[in-house]
Amino acid sequence: MQRIPILRMGKLLLVTIQVDMHDRLATVLKDDLANRIFETRARGLLIDISALDMVDSFIARMLGDIAQMARVMDAETVLVGMQPAVAITLVEIGVRMTGVSTALNVEKGMSLLRTRLDKERADDDAPAQ
Amino acid sequence: MMTPLRSETLPLREEADILLVRQLVREHAAELGFGALDLTKLLTAASELGRNTLIHGQGGTVVLETLVKNGRRGLRLTFEDKGPGIADLKQAMTSGFSSKGGLGLGLGGSKRLVDEFEVVSGVGEGTRVTVTRWT
Repeated sequence: MQRIPILRMGKLLLVTIQVDMHDRLATVLKDDLANRIFETRARGLLIDISALDMVDSFIARMLGDIAQMARVMDAETVLVGMQPAVAITLVEIGVRMTGVSTALNVEKGMSLLRTRLDKERADDDAPAQ
Repeated sequence: MMTPLRSETLPLREEADILLVRQLVREHAAELGFGALDLTKLLTAASELGRNTLIHGQGGTVVLETLVKNGRRGLRLTFEDKGPGIADLKQAMTSGFSSKGGLGLGLGGSKRLVDEFEVVSGVGEGTRVTVTRWT
């Protein structure tokens, strides 16, 4: 069965969706990510959708579900690279991607996640009052 | 009567068929000279309506037609199934209404993505949704 690869970079997981998404593939990705977050104790998840020329309501819901699921496993999700036409279309059909952080591209998404992790580490290291 | 320049019929029996429909929409749209936003809107509408035919209509067909009218070119998609039909069309068109636990954006959402939209449905008679987008 076709699967979307999940790469590990330290405390982060990186997913680049390069294929035309269908419902089953999106559902499998969600399950795979839950397992990988658990196994790797990842703290952040970066999903690059720059190659997608369409995100329909099902795929959008799955992306939202992934972010929510990651959140309850203590990992932050950033969605990057959404094409302008995709953003316009999602808003037009009434999809609200609440609870999902976004960034313009992989680089900006990565620095957003790193900043959050660094801040957490600084908070942990701070002497107790 | 407008004669389509090109017409193709595809079955919609399983999820992989929706990918084929999207691929054909990409090809037709490129030939017609649709821009990126037009293409994304058509692909999204095709995906939502194809899923409706598959899930709610228990499968069916889609016809893709390339049209020319008053110098404008268009792409028309007709989704047809022999499923249970829609009892309350007004309710089905309402954003957020879903009988199958989806987001309920399929029918109403698709309407906003195209220039022309028509639904014909009767209980026990199936459903036919026709959408057209012009360049």
